[in-house]
Amino acid sequence: MDATDRHIINNLQGDFPLCERPYAEAAARLGLTEDELIQRVEAMLENRTLTRFGPMYHAERLGGALTLAAMKIPAQDFERVAQIINDFPEVAHNYARENAFNMWFVLATETPARIGEVIGEIEKTTGYPVYNMPKLEEFFVGLRFEA
Amino acid sequence: MSTATVLREKQADAAYAPDATDRRLIVATQEGLPRVSRPYHAIAEKLGISADEVIARLQRMLNGGMIRRIGAVPNHYTLGYQANGMSVWDVPEERVRELGPRIGELDFVSHCYHRPRHLPDWPYNLFAMVHGRDRAEVETKMALIAELLGEADHGHTVLYSTRILKKTGLRLA
Repeated sequence: MDATDRHIINNLQGDFPLCERPYAEAAARLGLTEDELIQRVEAMLENRTLTRFGPMYHAERLGGALTLAAMKIPAQDFERVAQIINDFPEVAHNYARENAFNMWFVLATETPARIGEVIGEIEKTTGYPVYNMPKLEEFFVGLRFEA
Repeated sequence: MSTATVLREKQADAAYAPDATDRRLIVATQEGLPRVSRPYHAIAEKLGISADEVIARLQRMLNGGMIRRIGAVPNHYTLGYQANGMSVWDVPEERVRELGPRIGELDFVSHCYHRPRHLPDWPYNLFAMVHGRDRAEVETKMALIAELLGEADHGHTVLYSTRILKKTGLRLA
């Protein structure tokens, strides 16, 4: 990654314009040409420096629901349970973590009621309790990564 | 959070319910915007509406908070942030609202939430995602949070991710 890519990452994590030629407008702010910005964004998506370029939607504000849930799974059963959980389309992320609570996943559903249903199905299918940890308050969500 | 606050938030959210065209627009853009000179025109053509309408609807969702932001979503692993610790803290319930925003303001914290405890197994009620280039950097940042919390820190730990088992993000059908 060169200085121009860093400049793009550090200054284009929000505020992409809503206008006829947004890349041209954003490029002007960054001191680049429209073509150069488009090509660099495309290249950074291809080499996975960027995971996405576009709108970041807020699930709850769209009427859906999100929750973070954790489970304590014995090592010998970990892969089986991970497979069951990952097969649910409502599971957006699932991470293995170093703790007695070793499996952490995010459920994203189109309705709040569906959260409880999926948790019930996961408990029934896996045989382990799910610790539901929905957010009670959000103090900060933002990406401030500097490249 | 009080019941009244929860109700008010739900009512505010309900007022922003997207219509069928918004949903089609979300489905068309949740993977990203086209990398072409007139991306909103390209989306408009696909949906059979005008580019002006695409722009107006995105603007409305941005204003209403249904879109958090529009831009580049960096891959923090690729950027060298290999150690990602979910730090969890046991703080007095009555001080969470005062302390949470202060931790969220720290520039190395990307997410900060108040979540329920599950006693006795899980005593932690404040979550802060801390990113660092290695675990030593995360530990240093943990110490800064502990210092900020002072006597309100009744116990904490950090959970490092060892493996991503699944990562897809928001998906509307």
